[in-house]
Amino acid sequence: MVTFDLAPDGRVQTMPQQESGEICRVDSMLASTLDSVDAAETETLKVAEEVGFDEEELHKIGMAVRECMVNAVVHGNRYNARKKVHFRVLRGNDHMTVVIRDEGEGFDLQSLPDPLAEENLLRQSGRGLLLIQAFMDDMQIQHVKPKGTEVKMMKYLAKAS
Amino acid sequence: MSVKLSTRQVGDVTVIDAVGRITLGEGASTFRDTIKDLALKGNQKILLNLGEVSYIDSSGIGELVSGFTTVTNHGGQLKLVGLTKRVKDLLQITKLYTVFEVFDDEAPGVRSFA
Repeated sequence: MVTFDLAPDGRVQTMPQQESGEICRVDSMLASTLDSVDAAETETLKVAEEVGFDEEELHKIGMAVRECMVNAVVHGNRYNARKKVHFRVLRGNDHMTVVIRDEGEGFDLQSLPDPLAEENLLRQSGRGLLLIQAFMDDMQIQHVKPKGTEVKMMKYLAKAS
Repeated sequence: MSVKLSTRQVGDVTVIDAVGRITLGEGASTFRDTIKDLALKGNQKILLNLGEVSYIDSSGIGELVSGFTTVTNHGGQLKLVGLTKRVKDLLQITKLYTVFEVFDDEAPGVRSFA
């Protein structure tokens, strides 16, 4: 797997690549900044348009990626300049996959407060994963070694209408 | 474009017109500061017009909730008007429709404070 750094002008560099029947369209190591959040959203939407998602689905995909990137930059890497976010976008004929991996300490999914519980509705944060689940067709979260969290999100055209 | 906020009075109701995006960073902090400032100045009837807000992320939603709590804690009410379909969907997904009083049009929203 070949990876790329964020270009000096802030753009994500991309390169087609085969992986498990999908074409890897973006494979980048991003800085832990809010600019990277914007860059990841922009690059994801380019691929989503290629796959053929409509405007409403583009909005949902962009928002899911944005939420995931914010989690990686803010909660995972805590804006640490020495830590990167590994960002990949893959496309198939009828779907796309976005994989975002941080280098943070990780978290216990079971210990997160349920944002839909009555007592948590007025909490200021904690809704990011809920929105990702709502907007994508599939989401998998796993801890990675030596440390970090990887979120894999998939969206299918067939379920888009 | 991050969010731009302007306020106007309709009777004793303060209407906040929001335009742009309420997202992590400048947009969310602008929003937070404006609501807090109004609450501290004693504005107790606040109608937030989100008709021109194109995008809200989870941080923006958090700021809506924070604004609601701030105004409520100062003895006031914060209500919403003019939500786009996308923002309505967000409030449904997050169950915040059960928290906020929401109006399609400004006139009934203003009257509701009477």
